[in-house]
Amino acid sequence: MTGNEAMGEAAIRAGCRFYAGYPITPQNELTAYMARRMREEERVFIQAESEIAAINMVYGASAAGARSMTSSSSPGISLKQEGISYMAGAQLPAVIVNVMRAGPGLGHISSSQSDYFQSTRGGGHGDYFTPTFSPASVEEAVRLVREAFEVADYYRTPVLILADAIIGQTMESIPLDVLEKPELRFKKKPGHKSWALTGARGRPANIIRSFFLYEGQLPRHNELLSKKWEKIKKSEQRSDLYQADDAHFLIVAYGSQARIVREAVDMLRNEKIKAGMFRPISLWPYPQESLTAAVKKIKKVFVIEQSLGQMVEDVRLTIPEKEILFFGKTGGEIPEIEDVVNFVKKHIKR
Amino acid sequence: MKPTYKFKKPELLHGVDTHYCSGCGHGILHRLIAEIIEELNLKEKTIGVAPVGCAVIAYNYWDFDCSEASHGRALAVATGIKRVHPSLTVFTYQGDGDLASIGLAETMHAANRGENLTCVFVNNACYGMTGGQMAPTTLIGQKTATTPLGRDPREKEGWPLKVSEILAMLPGVCFVARSSISNPAHVKQTHDYIKRAFMNQTEEKGFSIVEVLSPCPTIWQKTPEEAMNWIDTEMTKEFPLGIIKNTEVHR
Repeated sequence: MTGNEAMGEAAIRAGCRFYAGYPITPQNELTAYMARRMREEERVFIQAESEIAAINMVYGASAAGARSMTSSSSPGISLKQEGISYMAGAQLPAVIVNVMRAGPGLGHISSSQSDYFQSTRGGGHGDYFTPTFSPASVEEAVRLVREAFEVADYYRTPVLILADAIIGQTMESIPLDVLEKPELRFKKKPGHKSWALTGARGRPANIIRSFFLYEGQLPRHNELLSKKWEKIKKSEQRSDLYQADDAHFLIVAYGSQARIVREAVDMLRNEKIKAGMFRPISLWPYPQESLTAAVKKIKKVFVIEQSLGQMVEDVRLTIPEKEILFFGKTGGEIPEIEDVVNFVKKHIKR
Repeated sequence: MKPTYKFKKPELLHGVDTHYCSGCGHGILHRLIAEIIEELNLKEKTIGVAPVGCAVIAYNYWDFDCSEASHGRALAVATGIKRVHPSLTVFTYQGDGDLASIGLAETMHAANRGENLTCVFVNNACYGMTGGQMAPTTLIGQKTATTPLGRDPREKEGWPLKVSEILAMLPGVCFVARSSISNPAHVKQTHDYIKRAFMNQTEEKGFSIVEVLSPCPTIWQKTPEEAMNWIDTEMTKEFPLGIIKNTEVHR
């Protein structure tokens, strides 16, 4: 399956009852897959009139208590940001998949990692964050979509899957048990989704809102949200290490770029250079604890991104005492393994 | 025997102080909606979608499930809710800026999909909450904060947009009517149209919309009485009252 199709199937297996999308490359396979499969499952698929309409349909479906998803690519995700902000404010869970392409503007349809700031700094207006998970393989995309639904419901927040064109378009096999027997982290609590709009039968009316006009209301609401963000920061950091145990040099990369860096680490090791990789899986919250632990014996830290340098800022914030060197390619160009190897070699003295 | 009209506060209307200006039409319309939902015994089966504008906190007055929607997107939000709960009654309550300007795409496409929804469209020919700017429905010559010399099509400020007539052209739309609340007879007419629009949804007939010409004395700089008269003498010339379309959508 392609990453796009696999994320669709993962959503269906995770109990996604509502999907709305709008055509944009390179995520079209996901929308087409949902158009076919959601019908088979007798769930709701809507081709919306715009990305704006799609996110607002998801807002409505989520308010009605259904597990809901939309997907798009960079320019379309920009259009959804107002809706995502409203959902964060109204505490509505949903999974939003961004199969990133290059920007700014219409940019290019090829793969990119240039929406990191948008994803991890709120993206839309207002004081909020969106938990953001970034898969480095089709299998991981499947696992993360499943988890994203759980995290979304548990914390009542929209969750972003930050994939890119390489992950979306790559065809890889997935072990069946990943789809069939997902591990559940959160147990449904009593009164699960008692806030949802289902008709006020035998209970007071429910209101879904992010508007708080009277004095003191909004600060109180935002402080409540803030406690939630803090809890997520503590509990939802995810990362992975490769050859890091004895490494002198650590390369930090996420998503599809981590695949390239992994190969680069192998090549460097063949040349007796003790390189390792740190791969953030959650981009917000950034895995600060594990990165701090991973760099204890590290001499130099390299950051490889398919952007002009966005995640590198989180690395600098986390480990300011370390020497951090950045290499990136922009505009949809993909760094070659040799580019990474040469960059590392250029900056180390053996 | 002549039909009688009982006048008491609907139970679905909270007895809270109004935040609307004196002479505003929202109070009458909020009441009508509460009354109709009560008459149809739909309290436990209704979900309302509030707009952005003066009526953003409509849910403060109503005692049934409600959601906010961002500016213009009420019908997209309502689509999401209705598709998840097809057996519930879902309606939107939207102003002219919301429905006919920023949300025109959502309005057209929800209607064109034939979503089984009810839309109450409050036309007061201006943006009320933001200080009285030109709306798509602002009359020619009408002075607003952004048309200080009066709306002039020769200045490329456009003509009053007749959304109801446009929507009536779409096959997914089963009921389009325009009414006003300028006098008790018109209020009664509005009641009957909106009730029809709710019943259409229960009967799964398709998309229903009722446009209501509603006064905004504050922005119009008129007394409440003058505002009601202005609806009758000026607004209805551009926006004639009556049923524009009444049919069953063939699926």
